[in-house]
Amino acid sequence: MTTVINVPPSLDETSFEQVLEQVAPLPPDAKLLIDARHTTWASPYGLSALLTLGQVRDQARPTLAVPESDDTASYWARANFFHYADELFDLKGLVPRRSRAESQVLLEVTPISKSEDVHDVVGRIQQRTQQIIGKDLGLDPKAIVGFAMTLSEVCQNIIEHAGRGGWVMVQAYNWQKRLGRRVVVIAVCDAGVGFRCSLETSGHLATADRWDDAAALEAAVIRGVSRFRDPGRGQGLAGVRKYIGRWDGKLSVRSGTSRIAILPDWDDDVPLKENLPAFPGAQIQVTIPERVAR
Amino acid sequence: MTNHIDLGTVLRQTLSADLYSNLVTRPTGAAVRTQIETLLGETERSLTVIDFSHVSMIDFSCADEVIAKLLMRHGQKHEAYFVFRGVTDGHSDAIETVLERHGLALVVESDSGVELMGVLEELEVSLFRAIKRRGSASAWELAVDLNEPEHVLKRALDGMWRRRLLMRNDDDYTVLTPGMTGGEGQIA
Repeated sequence: MTTVINVPPSLDETSFEQVLEQVAPLPPDAKLLIDARHTTWASPYGLSALLTLGQVRDQARPTLAVPESDDTASYWARANFFHYADELFDLKGLVPRRSRAESQVLLEVTPISKSEDVHDVVGRIQQRTQQIIGKDLGLDPKAIVGFAMTLSEVCQNIIEHAGRGGWVMVQAYNWQKRLGRRVVVIAVCDAGVGFRCSLETSGHLATADRWDDAAALEAAVIRGVSRFRDPGRGQGLAGVRKYIGRWDGKLSVRSGTSRIAILPDWDDDVPLKENLPAFPGAQIQVTIPERVAR
Repeated sequence: MTNHIDLGTVLRQTLSADLYSNLVTRPTGAAVRTQIETLLGETERSLTVIDFSHVSMIDFSCADEVIAKLLMRHGQKHEAYFVFRGVTDGHSDAIETVLERHGLALVVESDSGVELMGVLEELEVSLFRAIKRRGSASAWELAVDLNEPEHVLKRALDGMWRRRLLMRNDDDYTVLTPGMTGGEGQIA
């Protein structure tokens, strides 16, 4: 029997939880039809997380019904989503060819599994971010360098801790409804071991009074704890936190059944969510908004 | 002779690729530092310019591997002094972050000569400036300049020498100046 999983019309970090709520109770070998026919918009997180879901459900290759909207399907094609989705899903519906015209996507969905991949994405994005961050978002030139550093560090989280490959995507768009400003968003998703398991390999942390996904996220994201005993470790996410703090951005990290967020004033999200549907690995989103005159 | 190491060249040699000019990722940083340590060899006393001019940016993990570990390991094992050249806004955030994390400081070359960057006491900054004005100075000369007890300054100066922020020759302390020991020799 095939279970139909409905993908919301707008697929982002928040609404992806609806997908996971449907998937989490099912056995790993259950046959799934991921129905995205009525999806009309997807954020970088939505697309990266969808690929991660395909990666997780590898015991019974799921089917993905692609968006019916031409605009949406074309965008997913330009974002290179279908190229990787084809390896993980049986695609159902009309899959547009990827246009040869230069994509407006800042960084298409890109697999990350080794150090060279990080060099590649940082190199590719540098020129494009000068336009987006310096001109469109009106941020200081220092923010451009910091953005590349942030991208590098969140991608390295996959290489250093996940134990298997993941995906990164970067896009800038007008967040008119929610914020009334332009934003640039980095999404990095993997289906690896996640923060709790990664930190447990260091031994001493697992013996703490309270130890679960939320505690692991607090340790890694807030306190900069790493599974490595090297005192220089743990600086990556600390650096990302410093960067988003300086540029009024938002950082959220989901792992296992919890999600932690470093929140700016403009966002009404909660700092910690627990008891979410279980999902392997780590899913990170960084949002940097356009600067407004105060 | 002052050694000169172009980090851009070392990066390309390490990655065996001409495409990249960014010092990113911890494995890359570890490989670059290993290459630098190999180039420096086991020389007991050395002064080396680490040149960032051909590096676009460096991330936190790479800065930790290349800079912090180079200073903490090679700099302490040997009497190895480093001057960092070509450090721009594209590098300083990551460098300052790792220096702060480990309580380190280093010498950077700027338009106005050499300066200190990182975690420093006020007295250390004053001493560095006073020695820079004189070119070279002993603790008692600095005690006169700064109107501080000589034994306090001597302790601070020796601490700066151990951190390789100053050179010590008998009783005199000198700021690190590329070329001070007979020009620069490109080793990478």
